[in-house]
Amino acid sequence: MHKIARYLGQAVVYGLIAALLGYFADTPAYRHADADKAQLTLSLAHSGKHVRECRRRSAAEIAALPPNMRKPLDCPRERLPVLVEVELDGQIIMRDSAPPSGLFGDGPSQIYENFVIPIGPHDLAVRLRDSDRVDGFDYQREARIVIAPRQRFVIEFRAEAGGFRFATRAEPAAPSPAATWLTRRSGWRPRNRAARSSRR
Amino acid sequence: MPRRVGPGGGVLAILQGRLRWAFETVEAALDRIFGSAWNPLYQLGALGFFYYWVVTVSGIYVYILFDTGTTEAYESVQYMTVEQWYLGGVMRSLHRYASDGMVLMMAVHMLREFALDRYRGARWFTWVTGTPILWLVFVAGITGYWMVWDELAQYVAIASTEWFDWLGIFGEAIARNFLTPQTLDDRFFSLLTYIHIVAPLLLLLVLWIHLQRVAKPRINAKRGLAAGTFLMLVVLAFIKPAVSHPPADLNTVPGVLNLDWFYLPAYPLMDHFSYGAVWAFAGVLSFMLLALPWLPPLRRPAAAAVDLDNCNGCERCANDCPFNAIVMRPRSDALPFEQQASVTASLCVGCGICAGSCPTATPFRRASALRAGIDLPERSLPALRDQVEAVAAGLAGETRVIVFGCDHAVPVDHVSASGIGAVGLPCIAALPPSFIDYILSRDLADGVVITGCRQGECFNRFGVDWMEARLNGTRDPYLRKRVPRQRVLTVWAASADRAALKTAIEAFRPRLSDLPPHLPDRKTPPARPGAVDGGGSHA
Repeated sequence: MHKIARYLGQAVVYGLIAALLGYFADTPAYRHADADKAQLTLSLAHSGKHVRECRRRSAAEIAALPPNMRKPLDCPRERLPVLVEVELDGQIIMRDSAPPSGLFGDGPSQIYENFVIPIGPHDLAVRLRDSDRVDGFDYQREARIVIAPRQRFVIEFRAEAGGFRFATRAEPAAPSPAATWLTRRSGWRPRNRAARSSRR
Repeated sequence: MPRRVGPGGGVLAILQGRLRWAFETVEAALDRIFGSAWNPLYQLGALGFFYYWVVTVSGIYVYILFDTGTTEAYESVQYMTVEQWYLGGVMRSLHRYASDGMVLMMAVHMLREFALDRYRGARWFTWVTGTPILWLVFVAGITGYWMVWDELAQYVAIASTEWFDWLGIFGEAIARNFLTPQTLDDRFFSLLTYIHIVAPLLLLLVLWIHLQRVAKPRINAKRGLAAGTFLMLVVLAFIKPAVSHPPADLNTVPGVLNLDWFYLPAYPLMDHFSYGAVWAFAGVLSFMLLALPWLPPLRRPAAAAVDLDNCNGCERCANDCPFNAIVMRPRSDALPFEQQASVTASLCVGCGICAGSCPTATPFRRASALRAGIDLPERSLPALRDQVEAVAAGLAGETRVIVFGCDHAVPVDHVSASGIGAVGLPCIAALPPSFIDYILSRDLADGVVITGCRQGECFNRFGVDWMEARLNGTRDPYLRKRVPRQRVLTVWAASADRAALKTAIEAFRPRLSDLPPHLPDRKTPPARPGAVDGGGSHA
């Protein structure tokens, strides 16, 4: 094969490899979430109550224990499962009992669930039972929420903060004008370099 | 005599056959364009290493500009992409495209080794150690996408952590780190950076292990090929620079994403199937890859064996072995030599290159039995001499030719014709050059054809190179000078090149009849008992 033809052939092969790399590095685009849908995420890590009440030891019982184990309360390790219920617009979309974690059943119960929901207003109610009661719930929260397109609405539970927390959506940033053709794609505006550097 | 031409029967064999044909067709085209020395398909491993070094150097520069932090990460990446596009942006693009190139090289390399059936027997180790390389490359690449902390990173981070949480091995779900902007910690990015740096370092270690059973591994691509590849990456970096998505926002679900399909094809699967199903898929795929060397049909030729009485410790076999299966040890018998060859059977692929290199492997020996210092028990040199003589006895005519061929190239049976005899070998370098001298000086044939895999792409790595060097007199054992070179034809041809080999032999035979007699009393050989004018393969 002639030398020039070989070089041209090589250029074509490199061009094909580059096209392959360049194309599949970001194409075809993948639609992860539709604009008319949003996501409800429920996440909690909460320990249920002990399987039975703690019992106060008598003075004689405490004295009989080794010095390093003399605790006034005798509590079982095992904890109860945590029951969680999510109701959206009058319909129960989840009712799940999460067992305690750990080999001895003494760790927190964990729940992490995602739900795809339509955008717009909804009546939301979440309830949690962590005790041995038969009916009703120990914690609950109800609210009228308005879900924006592709919003990620997070329901957290922190007993120390009073129970369920609905993460509020931050105001979306105003669309920034494109400074260069690069930024047109990402929507990024270069910030003050000095400000950026000062945060290092 | 056992022959290993194809991978056996079954679906696997059909798949391998089709893939092999496809590879050989493309390789033939690339041979014409690049030449065999620069053919990218012959240097996939070395090119993978080259991409790795480009990723490393560009990554060091990108890391200098990178800030670890929930907001700083994105800003620093945008700074290098937009404000320092001429250097930082180019480096970022090189980092991305070379990483993608590494995955591409790795995938094609693996597919090609599968197609050519180079993963069984003693080669299992190299194949199996390639599987963790896959995982480490993906860990390094995916954490890299995570570090930008744009919408793609958010998608990858949440999906990855939810995927791992499915295993239930963490005390608390790690996906909870990404519930809200407030739950996300800057230190998480420090951890991520650590993983992104440690994974490639581990990768280097596993690559080193991967090559432990390969003698003289080719880890540096030919300069011209490396230069062309680098130029290609730079041009691509300028034409289509790597850019980010909008910054991550944990209050929003990312909509349309420009996935890197080299690294992230599993993520859409996570969206459409359960995490458990994706774990099962990854587990089964990894297990299949790991188990492939032991899937039927199992083939393991007997390892080469040393005959100490005929081994003078010359080291040629150890120097020629492509898989480090032969080492030289202190002499264990009373012979007056310092060393002796020793074969590690588990490393031997049974290619016979060692027997071809042994100076005692000469068919001229008649006073004593033909026993080489090192030989293949299943395809020994005495058996080869008998086979050559039997094939020669069946030849008739003025242009008798004996063709020696490699089982992994064109099956020599296909070139058998009137006046052409064929002898197959596990590798063309398993043929001691003295056999050529033997055939021509004993008037067993008028010409000898040596054929094996294409240049640069020997099934047993060095067979073609060593044979050429022996014929050219640059590597022991040499083909003696007295052998008329016009009567020896070398044709390097893959199994897809049958027609080319036949054409070359057809063109060679008339030339033989035009040559002056090379033996003093050259006569038409008398017909031997049982000789048939039709050649025939005894391979």
